[in-house]
Amino acid sequence: MTTVAKRPDAVFAKKVVDAGGKTLNLCFQCGTCTGSCPSGRQTAFRTRKLVRRAQLGLKEDIIGSDDLWLCTTCYTCYERCPRGVEIVDVIMALRNMAVREGHMAPQHKKVAELISKTGHMVNLRDEDKALRKKLGLAEVPPTVLQHPEALDAVKKICSLTGFDKLIEGGAK
Amino acid sequence: MSEKKMGFFLGCIMPMRYPGIESSTRGVLKSLGVELVELKGASCCPAPGVTRSFDQTTWQAIAARNLTIAQNLGVNILTICNGCFDSLFETAHQLNHDPEKLKKINKILKEIGAEYKGETEVRHFVEYLHNEIGLDAIKAKVKENGGKPLKAAVHYGCHFLKPSNVKKIDNSERPVIFDEIVEALGVESVEYKDKGSCCGAGGGVRARTPDVALKMTRENLVNMKAAGVDVIIDCCPFCHLQYDVGQVELKKEFEIPVLHLSQLMGLRFGLDKEKLGLEVHRTPVKL
Repeated sequence: MTTVAKRPDAVFAKKVVDAGGKTLNLCFQCGTCTGSCPSGRQTAFRTRKLVRRAQLGLKEDIIGSDDLWLCTTCYTCYERCPRGVEIVDVIMALRNMAVREGHMAPQHKKVAELISKTGHMVNLRDEDKALRKKLGLAEVPPTVLQHPEALDAVKKICSLTGFDKLIEGGAK
Repeated sequence: MSEKKMGFFLGCIMPMRYPGIESSTRGVLKSLGVELVELKGASCCPAPGVTRSFDQTTWQAIAARNLTIAQNLGVNILTICNGCFDSLFETAHQLNHDPEKLKKINKILKEIGAEYKGETEVRHFVEYLHNEIGLDAIKAKVKENGGKPLKAAVHYGCHFLKPSNVKKIDNSERPVIFDEIVEALGVESVEYKDKGSCCGAGGGVRARTPDVALKMTRENLVNMKAAGVDVIIDCCPFCHLQYDVGQVELKKEFEIPVLHLSQLMGLRFGLDKEKLGLEVHRTPVKL
């Protein structure tokens, strides 16, 4: 087995900082985050390592990795970090960059599409309508579901920001 | 602006999957003298775990459009969901304090004929009950013999209190306000191991890796069961779904009923049980 030295990429690290991870470089690798992570308790995801890779700009180790998507954004690490690293903001910045490179799980595309096309992340089924009626609620909630012009506005936002293209995976 | 008249933000999971939470919330707030105004044309908050993970600008622009609906009605927003609270509160917080960000988002909103003025406040049901309504007013509504003594596992979830440097509601490691409301209802809130732990569903984890989400849920359920609880009380429909449906996915290894705080209040206030929508809970509610 040969070991290949990884080359730090300061440009990528700077991009993470600019994308919202402004506290990234305050990390001194104590591992409080890893020790606090409920997801890491069940998996091999190690928050401290992810932060270190981001500091070094090891883009290839991060962008396509499954670890990046094991964070539930519970903020426990963020709350406990003795250096004030806003870890969830770092992870959000990294996820946004990963998505722009075309890394979005099919299950996530489905949820994103529901939001951009229907304005809601879950659908309204006949059984939901029936129960709503029985409970004395409007059968169809007074949201975008009752207001097509409001749904058009949400769709337009998704088009203006390029979110719809992002879901298709074509955007860089 | 009267804080007894609030714009009721529905979100997605409550109105579509647990409408009983919606009818309970409307019922208990009515009996507490709160007027709820419909935010017509509101959309998904949008869900922070997924939308914010994909594109933060889209996340804030959609959230800001929702804020403008309340703004144009002259009301602040009330939500019973931690996810909606996170998207709406965080967006309001950033846009209300950062003129540059506000300008950026308003550039997008202008294209749909909207403008956010940066003044709307967003409040979470638990914080609102505790700080606006007060424990005494809640206690006064509890019916004597409102049910058998109950031991509850209170689940705060993550985005109600955290990040605490933004939310500034209660201590995120040792919070009390949710427990105090539950106790005011005459229900015992018990300590259990890792009480502050995440339900497992957030951040897009339930959608992408449901098995990992379920492992986190299971660990919490083991700890709740060890404490001998009769019921789990949550303040978020997504946590609610994760515990309720999660127990079915865990092959009924546990059978701890799951109630949203609004439903527990409905029970203790003596609201018509038929209006609490408990029959759609996948883990049977036998209390």
